[in-house]
Amino acid sequence: MAKAMGTVGISKYRKHPAVLFVLMLVGLIITGGLYSIGATAANKVAKDSVSAAAILNDPASIDAGKRLFATGCATCHGLNAQGASDGPTLIGVGAASVHFQVATGRMPMAAPGAQVMRNKPQYTEEQTLQLAAYVASLSPGPAIPTAAQLNWAGADLAEGGELFRANCAQCHSFSGRGGALTEGKYAPTLMLATPEQIYEAMITGPQAMPIFNDQTLNVEEKQAILKYIEYLKDSPNPGGLELGRYGPVTEGLFLWTVGIGALLMVAIWIGVKAK
Amino acid sequence: MSTEITRGPVDKSIDGGIKYLDERYGTSGFIKRNIKKVFPDHWSFMLGEIALYSFIILLLSGVYLTFFYKPSLIEIVYDGSYLPLKGIKMSEAYASTLEISFDVRGGLLMRQVHHWGALLFVAAITVHLLRVFFTGAFRKPRELNWVIGVGLLVLAIFEGFSGYSLPDDLLSGTGIRIASGIALAIPVIGTYVSFLVFGGEFPGLDFMSRLYTLHVLIIPGIMLALITAHLMLVWFQKHTQYPGPGRTNNNVVGYPLMPAYMAKAGGFFFIVFGFLVLLAGLVTINPLWAYGPYMPDQVTAGSQPDWYIGWLDGGTRIMPNWEIVIAGIGTLSLNILIPAVVVPGIMFTLLALYPWIEQWITGDNRAHHILERPRNNPNRTGIGVMSLTFYGLLWIAGGNDIIAQMLDLSINDMTRLIRVAIFVAPPLAFVITKRICLSLQHSDKERLLHGDPTGRLLRLPSGEFIEVHEPLSDNVKAVLLARTELPMLQPPAEVDQSGVKTPKLWAKKLQHRLNRWWYVDQIPMPTIAELEAAKHHAVHELQEAQALGLEITHDLPEPTKSH
Repeated sequence: MAKAMGTVGISKYRKHPAVLFVLMLVGLIITGGLYSIGATAANKVAKDSVSAAAILNDPASIDAGKRLFATGCATCHGLNAQGASDGPTLIGVGAASVHFQVATGRMPMAAPGAQVMRNKPQYTEEQTLQLAAYVASLSPGPAIPTAAQLNWAGADLAEGGELFRANCAQCHSFSGRGGALTEGKYAPTLMLATPEQIYEAMITGPQAMPIFNDQTLNVEEKQAILKYIEYLKDSPNPGGLELGRYGPVTEGLFLWTVGIGALLMVAIWIGVKAK
Repeated sequence: MSTEITRGPVDKSIDGGIKYLDERYGTSGFIKRNIKKVFPDHWSFMLGEIALYSFIILLLSGVYLTFFYKPSLIEIVYDGSYLPLKGIKMSEAYASTLEISFDVRGGLLMRQVHHWGALLFVAAITVHLLRVFFTGAFRKPRELNWVIGVGLLVLAIFEGFSGYSLPDDLLSGTGIRIASGIALAIPVIGTYVSFLVFGGEFPGLDFMSRLYTLHVLIIPGIMLALITAHLMLVWFQKHTQYPGPGRTNNNVVGYPLMPAYMAKAGGFFFIVFGFLVLLAGLVTINPLWAYGPYMPDQVTAGSQPDWYIGWLDGGTRIMPNWEIVIAGIGTLSLNILIPAVVVPGIMFTLLALYPWIEQWITGDNRAHHILERPRNNPNRTGIGVMSLTFYGLLWIAGGNDIIAQMLDLSINDMTRLIRVAIFVAPPLAFVITKRICLSLQHSDKERLLHGDPTGRLLRLPSGEFIEVHEPLSDNVKAVLLARTELPMLQPPAEVDQSGVKTPKLWAKKLQHRLNRWWYVDQIPMPTIAELEAAKHHAVHELQEAQALGLEITHDLPEPTKSH
C-alpha cells in the first residue's frame, strides 16, 4: 500500500520512530548553540590597566568616588553610605570590600535574591578604585592588597594545597569549582576570580564567606593558597577530559548516558545484523 | 515438541578440533551436544554480557593494580613526582595510588579502566536486571537464578564501594567515615561492629588491609562462583525467548552456539574492552591526586559516592534528623538507621523475593519460557516503574548539591520537594504506567481485529465511508497472540467439605483480593468468533475497495484457523 502512494526521498523516513528524537536533538543543539554563542559574547569584559595605587592615593579620587556613589549606590546604601533598609552601612568595610564587590560585578546588585551573583562589571577599573577610595575615606577598613602581598612567587604549592583543603574545599570544593550552600546560597567557582579578588574575599568575607584575617591565615599562607588556586585554574589533566571536576555525580551521569548509551547501540547493532 | 529441537547442525569448520579432542579425551559427544546448543537471538539478551565482560576486564586490570598498590595506613611523607603534594604527609595507600597514577607505566590508564569498568559493571547489571524484570524472565523455573542475580548485584555494590575506598584520598576517606557512621547507627551491636571492622576507634590502622582482602579476594571469589552458577543455570534451563512465529513454550528458536554466538560474543567482548580502554584513555575518572590525602578534619564540597551508592546517600540527605535518646542506654539514630539500613534492607529483600510474591498473587504455577511483553503485565510493569521512580528520586537527592549548584536551586527547597515526592510520585508512576499498558493492550486488540489503519478513506456508492485496513503480518500476529490469560482465583472456602475451617484463611483472602486487583482490568483477548467476524469484515472492506478500482497490494486474508 505504501508503495502505491509513490513515496520518494526523505518522506520515506518521515514516519520512522527515531524522527521525533532526531528532530528534538537537532532543535536542542541549535538552541543551545545559539544561546552559548550569545552568552560568551555577553561575558567578554574589557580590561583596562591603570596604576591602582596612583588612583587610590589621589585626593581627587575621593570626590570623584563620592559623585559616583551618589548616583549608583546611594539609593540602597544611603547618601553618606550609612546604610538604609535596602542595603547595609559601608562605613568601615574598607577599600578591599568595595573593590571586590564592584569589580566582580556583584555591586550594583541587579536584583535581590538568595545571593548576589558575579556579573559583568558596571564600572571601569578607575571608577571602581575611585569608589573604593571614597568608602575607605569614611573610616579605616581592609585595604586593597598590594603588589607585594599578591606576589606568591616564593610560596609553597603543596602547603597551599593543604591549606586550601583545610580552609576552602568544604565550600568551594577540592577543585575550586564551587558548591551549594543552604537556601539557594552557594560558594562560587574560583576559576573566574582573579588572585586580587580572591585575596580581597579572604580579608573581607563577602556574603556567606568567613573572614580569613592575618591572624587566621598569615600573608605567606594566603599567597600559598593563591598559588594553589592559580595551579587549579590551569593544571594539566593527565586523565583526559575532566567532566567539570564536580566529582562522581558527573562521572555517573557520563557513564549512564555516553557509556551505557554507546554499548546499547552496539548491542542493538549486533542484534539487527543477526537478522 | 521435544528438547531435541534446541540443537542445531554442527558447523563444518570446527569438526577438526572436535576430532582432535575426541581422540585424546573422548569428549566428542559432550562437546558436540553443547557446541550446537541453540540460543534465541535478541539485542536485549546481550545486556548481561556487558556485565560479564566488564567483570573479566575488572579482573585483568585489577590484577595489574595489585602489583603496585600498598594497603597500608602507615603515615609517610610523599616524595613522588606529583609536585602539588610533595612533602605532604599521607598514608602509604594514597602514596601508592599516586605512584600508580604518575610513576607506573600505564598505571593511570589501568586505574581508569578499572574505575570506569566498575561503574559500567554495576550499570550493566542494573540494565540486565531491568530487562529480566520487565519481560518476566524471572518466572518459574528461573526464580533461583533471579536470586543469584540479586546477590551478584549486592556483591557488586559492596565490591565497588570497597574499591572506591582503597585509595585513601579525601573523597574515599569521607565515604569510609560515613560507612563507619552507618555501622555505629545499628542498634545495640553498632559500636561492636564498627570496632570490629576498624580494629578500634575510626579510622585506626587496620581496616585498609582488611578492606583490601575483601576487595581482591573474598568478594570477587564469591562473585566468580555465583557468576558460574548463574551462567550454568541459563545453559541448563535454556534461555527464554520473545514471542514470535514458531516459538512455543517447548522449543527454542535461534542459532547454534558455534559459530554464530561464539563470534558474536567474542566480538562483543572486544568491543566492550576497547570501549572501556577508549573511555579510560579519554575521560578522567576520580582525579584522586586533586582530592589530597584523607584527613579526618577535612571534607570537600560535592563529596559523593559512585553512582550505585548515590541513592543511599540521597535517602540520608532527605531523612529528617530524628534521634531517640534513651537515658542511660544510648541514642537510636533513626536519621541514619532508616535510610542507610532499613530502606535498602527492605528494597533488596523485596527485589529478591519478587518472583514468589508475584507467583503468590497470580496463582500462576506454570513454567514460562516465552517472555512477556511489558504491556501484557501492567501491574508488574507498573511496580517496576514505581520502583524506578523511587530510586530515581533518591538518586536526585544524592546529587542535590551539584544539581542545586548547576540549576541555581535551593538545596532546602529540593529536600522539601523530594520529601513529598518520594511518597507521592511512585504511586502516581504506577497508575500512569498501568493505564498506558492497558491502552496498549487495547490497541493490540484493535490491531488483531482490524489490522493496521492505512489512512485511506473510501466512499462507497451507498455514501458510507470506510477506512482501508492492512492485515497484520504473521510475525506481528504471532507476537500479539502470544498473550496468555489466566483465570482469576476462586474466593477461598471458609470451611472444607468436612466442615473444617480452612487454615490461614486471612492469607488466602488477602491472596484472593490481590489476585482480583491484579487481573480485574485486564483487556480480554479477542475470541475466535470475534477474530472470525473481523476477518469477514476485512474481506468485505477489500472487496469494496477493489470494486472501486483501487490498487490493493496485499493479499486477502484467508479464513481463520483455530489458534
